[in-house]
Amino acid sequence: MTIPNLVGAGLIVIGAGIGLGKIGGSAMEGIARQPEATGKIQTAMIIIAALLEGLAFGALFLGK
Amino acid sequence: METLLNDFSIGLFVMQTVIFLVLIFIMVKFAWKPIMNSLNDREEGIQNALDAAENAKLEMQNLQADNEKLLKAARAEREAMLKDARDMKNKMIEDAKGEAQAEASKLIAQAQESIESEKKAAIADLKSQVANLSLEIAEKVVKEELSNKGKQEKLVESLLGEATLN
Amino acid sequence: MKVTQHSFKFLVLVAALFFGTLAYGQHHEEKHQNDGGEVNTNEEVNEYILHHIKDSHDFTLFSYTNDAGERKHVGFPLPVILWTSEGLVTFMSSEFHHNDDGHAIVERKGLKFAKIHGKIYELEQGATRVKFDEDHHATNAHKVLDFSITKSVFGILLVGILMIVAFTSLARQYRKKAIPTGLGRVLEPLVLYVRDEIARPNIGDKYYRRFTGYLLTVFFFIWVLNLLGLTPIGFNVTGQIAVTAALAIFTLIIYTFSGNKGYWGHMLWMPGVPVLIRPVLAIIELAGAFLIKPFSLLVRLFANISAGHIVVMSLIAIMVVMKNELTAGGATALSFVLAMFITLIEVLVAFLQAYIFTMLSALFIGMAVADHDHH
Repeated sequence: MTIPNLVGAGLIVIGAGIGLGKIGGSAMEGIARQPEATGKIQTAMIIIAALLEGLAFGALFLGK
Repeated sequence: METLLNDFSIGLFVMQTVIFLVLIFIMVKFAWKPIMNSLNDREEGIQNALDAAENAKLEMQNLQADNEKLLKAARAEREAMLKDARDMKNKMIEDAKGEAQAEASKLIAQAQESIESEKKAAIADLKSQVANLSLEIAEKVVKEELSNKGKQEKLVESLLGEATLN
Repeated sequence: MKVTQHSFKFLVLVAALFFGTLAYGQHHEEKHQNDGGEVNTNEEVNEYILHHIKDSHDFTLFSYTNDAGERKHVGFPLPVILWTSEGLVTFMSSEFHHNDDGHAIVERKGLKFAKIHGKIYELEQGATRVKFDEDHHATNAHKVLDFSITKSVFGILLVGILMIVAFTSLARQYRKKAIPTGLGRVLEPLVLYVRDEIARPNIGDKYYRRFTGYLLTVFFFIWVLNLLGLTPIGFNVTGQIAVTAALAIFTLIIYTFSGNKGYWGHMLWMPGVPVLIRPVLAIIELAGAFLIKPFSLLVRLFANISAGHIVVMSLIAIMVVMKNELTAGGATALSFVLAMFITLIEVLVAFLQAYIFTMLSALFIGMAVADHDHH
């Protein structure tokens, strides 16, 4: 792995981390507001997190 | 990306595809279909049982409502009967009272009548006695007067005193 | 009582399988070679880990160097099936003698085969040994179509058989009674979970029955393989990109062929947007449906599982690489604690990845079969 590759990977991880953090944070907030909707919020959260994860992995592997 | 493509083994891909197809086929035919059918049957069974229980409950409720209605009717009937009886009793008492009153007043009237007639008879008797007495007195007075003046007066006096007593 | 009997039977079965392989396992003896012998330096650790996450042609449980300096492998060989220029060729992988850099040559039907970095090459006519250029690429050999029963294929078959045995026995149980016992009691809630939490809400009450079989198969297949990957047997099946690609393509085919008129209408000629934008949207939608969705499915599973294996093995390798800094005991303790923690997380990830793959498959299928009544 070259230096630019590593930097790119780091950038991807930073971006994905921010995104996942926002998703998780908002889901927590939503659950705190409406505990009875926990199941639905969790499902939606996992789906969006999975999509984001797929994007991040795709980018990581393009650079590998 | 290159490493990724380099790692891709066509043989493994083909094997996975074939084995997985066979697996899906076998699982669907021999596992998932019977399992799903039994699960659905079971769920339906449970649903039916629940429905039946609900129906039974409803029927029970209906029955209870019927019972309630019957009981109410019976109670109303009893109430009516009791009321009739009370009325009848009152009426009977009323009647009896009226009759007794009438009888009593009739008796009283008779008594008064008899008293009146007795009284009249007594008065008539008294009158005749008074007349007789006065006649007697007059006769005696006349007889006395004829014999003794002083004595006559005294006699009259005493007789009069006697007469006032009556 | 009955449960303990069953678990006892199960244990005996596992033990028999395990020690059976040991008993039948062949002990190969050869000189120290570049096949992951003793691992001491960082580079050797990296090499070893990368070797592990790749597929392999034989099933090695462990290897060691004996007192005489000979490398011994404990495991068993698997059949190699090749489609070559001369047609079908089969032999056992033991004929390569665990050599992975092209020095062991196997001859069949007048063709010579060598194994280089886990791939089997066919040598060109007349060549007797593999020649390499500076980048260590073979110059006088080419890859052949390799349908071998590799370690991964073996794992796939094993899981397939396990699933068939477990779930047909569950299906048989229902014939006698409504509530299963033993293993079935564990499997039934999982089946219900996939049906009620994944298939039904995402596909819709009307159509979910048709796809439940596929979703259940995919879920248990991925989950059991993920869990097998955490055992010391050392499978990394769901970390093979070919396997995840095949699974993703199954989902792609299913949602493409079950797409209804509304789905294709929305994809090719999006209603409700200006006509000029529609072709652009169609290109984006097509790329989404045929490239991005399956690619995200396959890459996610592959990357998560591979990453998990790499992390666990790296943490185990702390034991070796930090021996000098932390003393043998300290390095072992640190590596044990970290590896155990990450392995617990990996158990969760194993379930989560199976769940997400199934969930997204159900979601994509649901999008394809949804009724677009509101237009």
